Amino acid sequence: MKIAVLRFPGTNCEFDAQYAFEKLGYTTQLIWHKEEIIPKDTDLVVIPGGFSYGDYLRSGSIAQFSPVMKAVVSYANRGGKVLGICNGFQILTEIGLLPGALKRNNNLHFISKIQKIKVINSNNTFLSKCHKNEILNIPIAHADGNYYIDDQGLKELEANKQILLRYCDESGNRVVVNGSVTSIAGICNKEKNVFGLMPHPERALEALLGSSDGVKMLQGFEQ
Amino acid sequence: MKAVVNVYLKNGVLDPQGKATHHALESMSFTGVNDVRIGKQIILQLQSEDKEQALIEVKEMCEALLANTVIEDYDIEIK
Repeated sequence: MKIAVLRFPGTNCEFDAQYAFEKLGYTTQLIWHKEEIIPKDTDLVVIPGGFSYGDYLRSGSIAQFSPVMKAVVSYANRGGKVLGICNGFQILTEIGLLPGALKRNNNLHFISKIQKIKVINSNNTFLSKCHKNEILNIPIAHADGNYYIDDQGLKELEANKQILLRYCDESGNRVVVNGSVTSIAGICNKEKNVFGLMPHPERALEALLGSSDGVKMLQGFEQ
Repeated sequence: MKAVVNVYLKNGVLDPQGKATHHALESMSFTGVNDVRIGKQIILQLQSEDKEQALIEVKEMCEALLANTVIEDYDIEIK
């Protein structure tokens, strides 16, 4: 599997993402934001976390106009798979590949901890190796992770099974972590080829370091 | 010509910064405040001398970049 990992000025999780996918046996390539094409035979585009363009104006708002993003939109529109993690999720909502928006956390804090998240829908490539209602331990680290969507949009997400993950406690009950609508932590588009989440699966590869639940998430793309 | 753009969260979208600031004002005994909303102001120096044309262009800028219309409203003043 060939994976293209995008890199903008201010991205800081590109090497973690590369490390994670290479550890799982895949080939990765870093793609600078000024590139205008996605390499041929790319199986997955990853937009990693960080603070592209210093989070100026709004998180992800400037990165959406980088040359590489035009290529990502046409890649996604042709059915190519795209995974946005943290800042990558913010960029995907800003550019409109995913619905809704990510606001400042409701407690105004930068939240950095290992968080339980529940798999809401697993009938998609990304979570194909997880079970519905499975509880995963995955690190979160963000200031703008408060997912907002209006009532109509939420109904559509639910009807199309686009909600991937929700923040939860050890019993699987929803918890308020950052103020997200119905505790949403990750979603996908209607066609189920564009995925976005605030938690960092690439940081959960070793039980010794807190959790290895990220492995089966990232392996989902291997089909 | 100058364009002053105010961007703020839509009514109905919770503004945590505004809420925290409201609490702070109350704790300072400024009790006469009903609500606080915090936005941002973007000031653009424009080449155009045509007010109507400038308004059209700045509106396009707001829709494309300056505001995220999923969560934000904006107003434009041309000076």
